[in-house]
This record gives sequence, structure tokens and C-alpha cells, in this order.
Amino acid sequence: MSDAVILPIETVTTKVGSPAARMAANPSVVTGLLLVGAVVAIALLAPLLAPHDPYAQDLTRRLIPPIWHDKGVWFNPLGTDNLGRDYLSRVLYGARISLLIGLSVMVISGLIGTALGLAAGYFGGRTDLVISFVITARLAMPVVLVALAVVAMIGGSLPVVILTLGLLKWDRFAVVMRSATQQVRSLDYVTAAEAAGASRSRIVLGEILPNVFPHLIVVATVEAGSAILLEAALSFLGLGVQPPLPSWGLMIAEAKNLMFFSFWLIAIPGTALALLVLGINLLGDGLRDVFAPDGRS
Amino acid sequence: MASAAASAAVLEVEDLSVTIRTPAGPLHAVRGVSFDVRRGETVCLVGESGCGKSMTSLAIMSLLPETATRRARRLAFAGADLAGATGAEINALRGNRMAMIFQEPMTALNPAWTIGDQLVEVHRRHKRSGRAEARERAVDLLGKVGIASPVERLGQYPHQLSGGLRQRVMIAMALMCGPDLIIADEPTTALDVTIQAQILRLLAGLQRELGIALLLITHDLGIVARIADRVHVMYAGAIVERATAAELFARPCHPYTRGLLSCLPAPGVTEAGTRLGTIPGVVPSLIGGIEGCAFRSRCEHARAGCAQAVPVRRASATHHYVCVEEVAEMAALGEATA
Repeated sequence: MSDAVILPIETVTTKVGSPAARMAANPSVVTGLLLVGAVVAIALLAPLLAPHDPYAQDLTRRLIPPIWHDKGVWFNPLGTDNLGRDYLSRVLYGARISLLIGLSVMVISGLIGTALGLAAGYFGGRTDLVISFVITARLAMPVVLVALAVVAMIGGSLPVVILTLGLLKWDRFAVVMRSATQQVRSLDYVTAAEAAGASRSRIVLGEILPNVFPHLIVVATVEAGSAILLEAALSFLGLGVQPPLPSWGLMIAEAKNLMFFSFWLIAIPGTALALLVLGINLLGDGLRDVFAPDGRS
Repeated sequence: MASAAASAAVLEVEDLSVTIRTPAGPLHAVRGVSFDVRRGETVCLVGESGCGKSMTSLAIMSLLPETATRRARRLAFAGADLAGATGAEINALRGNRMAMIFQEPMTALNPAWTIGDQLVEVHRRHKRSGRAEARERAVDLLGKVGIASPVERLGQYPHQLSGGLRQRVMIAMALMCGPDLIIADEPTTALDVTIQAQILRLLAGLQRELGIALLLITHDLGIVARIADRVHVMYAGAIVERATAAELFARPCHPYTRGLLSCLPAPGVTEAGTRLGTIPGVVPSLIGGIEGCAFRSRCEHARAGCAQAVPVRRASATHHYVCVEEVAEMAALGEATA
């Protein structure tokens, strides 16, 4: 091409820095990552960090208060519970249960909801009608009540809680993915991909999914946080994880009768739970800001 | 030029209709359009917004929205029937032997992938080529469409490129698999005037060099004058005049074409301070059938006969128009088009 004009290289920069750099500059992301990272580290390293076996009972050492209390002893830095189990060890191991629940429920409900939402948004028409009906039907069910009923019938255990919540909590994924897909599918680059001979699966997975992924991450974090809280609620009601597993919700439940005498028994797992969920939500919020598609739309 | 009249048509469209379901009734966006595009020639579809020219291109590419239905007596690409082809057969042609360039370069590239990813993918899909080979071709073509430092560009995302550069990338992507036909739907409308000229020159040059058949959809007669071999003027979903570009500009016959031309300033003819022409009225509703000439409500030569079926008149072997009047009679009635 002799008459083609060779343009000098010029870069239109709409966002400063790479995604990683933008994350590092976002206080929500940093705080959230620190909190979640700390809990993950605790969960992974629990056997190394815990001073005692979280299941070992010692009825002679019941209800020792934490170290900042007058009667606290370094042998049990966070004291002991009603059965004389070391509270620090139980809180550390409890991080594993909460994270396991949050992650598994997020993955199960995320897969279901994303598949439904993508299909409804992409195919539209009758498919959308059917899936929208399923979503509406699901939204009409109160999650806590259904979960309570299911767990009460089958019996509470970790796998049952995870499956029940996973099969119940896909609604927000589906709703968000559906509307995000609807927006993206009418964009020119999807038509352009069709015009370039791309197959349907290639268009859904290669063109649409990467562009709705930021929405997916935000919903996923929010849902993980809410699943952790729901597990705590179920365990508190005695229908979630069963004793003697050190779940934070269960620990709060076991301590509720002693609330006025041994306040730390509720305060410590409650704080751990609040910090983890706060961290996850901050992370989700921050990621949404980082991914906000102003320069990429 | 359309000199190679004997050369086989790459694209044949015969009696193509597109109907869109609307709550108000069927909207006939395209009504019995016929034309062909031969190897190495540039054919333009011209008309105002809503005249069905984009619907025609989407119908050819099988990209119509779900509410639209396509009917054609013949719709063939390189002799192969498109109307009855399966989705897989169409997908094997699209992006491979027939490519499309869209109007909006700002949104026609996927923001989630780099330029390189998108160029390479098309080639790998259709040519089953390796990554290195496809990449080499991408670098080659980016250079060909006038993009400096193509290797660096491959690693960039669409939002890092300007509109003109993106349209060059779109052209390179259309060329990746060495297509026989390129359909360009208003490829320069979203660009500013200087870039428009560059892109047009680029398209015309590539088309000549590679011998591609180019179907260009535009509303801009200036573009038609620059690069078209043959022109089809569309109005209300139908072709009202067809001619070679030279004939059309030398002797526009249909009142609509003449109206369009009178809206343009002509260097040396239009004097400073004089008003440009306008076409009064609006395009008729395309919902339901249209009897007779669709342009009659806006035509200064309209008469009773316009409401009946309108004959096709021949100004020359290659120049046809659809009007009740012979153009000579109209001239006698008094040229208003200066």
C-alpha cells in the first residue's frame, strides 16, 4: 500500500496503570485483601498457630477469661469455653469452616447462576422466559426458611449446609448475569464476532463472559460473605454445622446462655465473623470500582 | 471499473426481501432488492437512514435480528446458496471468505482482548493455523493497513487506540483470511473527515490490489463518487436507480437521486450564498404494503399514474431507474434541480 498514511504511534490512555496497580491504589481492595488474606492464612496455618487441640476438653479449666482480663492466663490466651476447650484454637480452626462454606457455596451457586444468566441473556426469547420464571420462583422462596426445613429434614452437617446454600443462593448471580449479558450481547463486537464466523459457545464464553466478569466477581464476593453469615445463622439455630466442629456461628450459639457472665465467648467469634465478612465486602466493593468499565466500554 | 462484465459474480442477490415483525404489523424493510457484486469491483448501496441498506447487508451476512425474516429468490455467494445454508456452513464462510466492516470502530472490537488476540483468533479459527503463523499474518496486515509499529499494537487493547486506528484494525481483521467479498457498512461515518479520506483511500487501494469484491453501504454520495464502480440507489426498501458511478453522476434519472445530488454543493457550480436543494417530506412508513412509487409523496413530478405499478426504464444497458416518467419528459417539464 503505497498511498496508505503511516500514522505515528500514539497511545490513548483512559485508565492509569494496570489492573494490579489500580487495585494496589484502592484502599477498599487493600483493606479487604489484608483482612481476607489474614483469615486465609489463619485457616491454612491453623495446626501450626493453635496452641492446643480445639477439641480437647478439660472440665477443670472451664470458662477461663481472656488474657486481658484480671484472671487471664497465658496458657489460654483467649480463655476457654464451657467445656474447657482452648478458645484461641477453636477460633483459629473456625476460620477453616467459614472459608470453606463461603468458597464452596460461591462456586456452586456461581456456576448455576452464571450458566442460567448467560443462557437467558444470550438466547432471549423463550429461553429467557423460562429461566426468568425459574429465577422469580426461586426469589419467592425465603432462603433461611427453606434451608432450615431442608437441614431439619436431612440433618445438619457441613456437606448438607454447603449443598443447601449452594443450591439456594444462585439467584443474584442469575439476575446480574442475565442483565449484564443482555447489555453486552447487543453490542457491536458480538455482532462482529458473529460476522467473523464465531460459534455460539465461542461468543458466549469468549466474547460475552470476559466482559461480564467484573460483575461476576462483585456478586461472588457479596454472596460468599452472605453464605458465611447464613451458615453462622443456621449453626446458631442449631441446624447448621454440628458440634463439636468449631464453627464461629456454633460457638456463638453455645455461648448464648453464658452471655451475661462470659461476654467474650460471644464477642470473640462474633468479631472474627464480622471482620471476615467486612473484608470480603470491602474487597468486592473495591474490585467493582477497579473494574468499572469507564475506559473499556 | 465494471469492465469485467463476464467475470463471475461473487455475490448474487435476487429479489431479496426483509420483513420485521413489529407490534404495529410487518415492517417491510427491504422490498425485492436484486443486485450482484463481481470480483474486483466496488458496488455501493446508497440511501438515507432507514432505506433498508443496512438490513440488506445484514441479510446477506445472515445477521438479521430474530424478529426479522429474510426471503430471496436467490442469495448466492460464489455460486453457493446462502439462503438454504446451515448455521455451520454460514459460519465457515463468515470472516473467512466474506467479511464485514462495521460502522462503529469504537464498539466493534472486544474490549476484553488485545488487538493481537482478536486478529489471530479469526485466522486460527478458519485456517486452522498455528499461533505463530497467524501472528505473522496479523503483523503483516497491520502494516498493510498503515499502522506503524504493528508488533507493539498487537499487545494493545482497543481502548488504547484512536477511532481511525481501530477502523484500520477492523479492516485488517476483515482481510485476515483473504476474503473474496467485503461488506463495509458505513465504514467511515463515525470518523472525522480527514480520517475518512484516509480510510477510503486505504479500502479502495486494498480492494484494487487484492481484487476483492467490495459492497459498500453509505449515505454519502461523495464517497460513492470517489470509489464506486456501480451504484444502487435505495429508497424505502427498494432500489430506485442503478447505474455505473460515471453514468449516475453525469445523468441522474430518478427524481430521488436528483434530489439527493441537489443537496450536495458542487465545486464550481454551486455559487456562494445560494441555497442547496432539499427533499421535502419524510420517508413513508414501511409498515404494510406500498402501492406504486414510494417516492411520490415527496416528488415534484408526481402525478396520478405514480400510484400504479411503476415501470423500469432503461437509460442505457447499465443504467436503469424506476419511474413513470422518461427522464427526457421530466427535463421538458422544467429542471428544478439546477
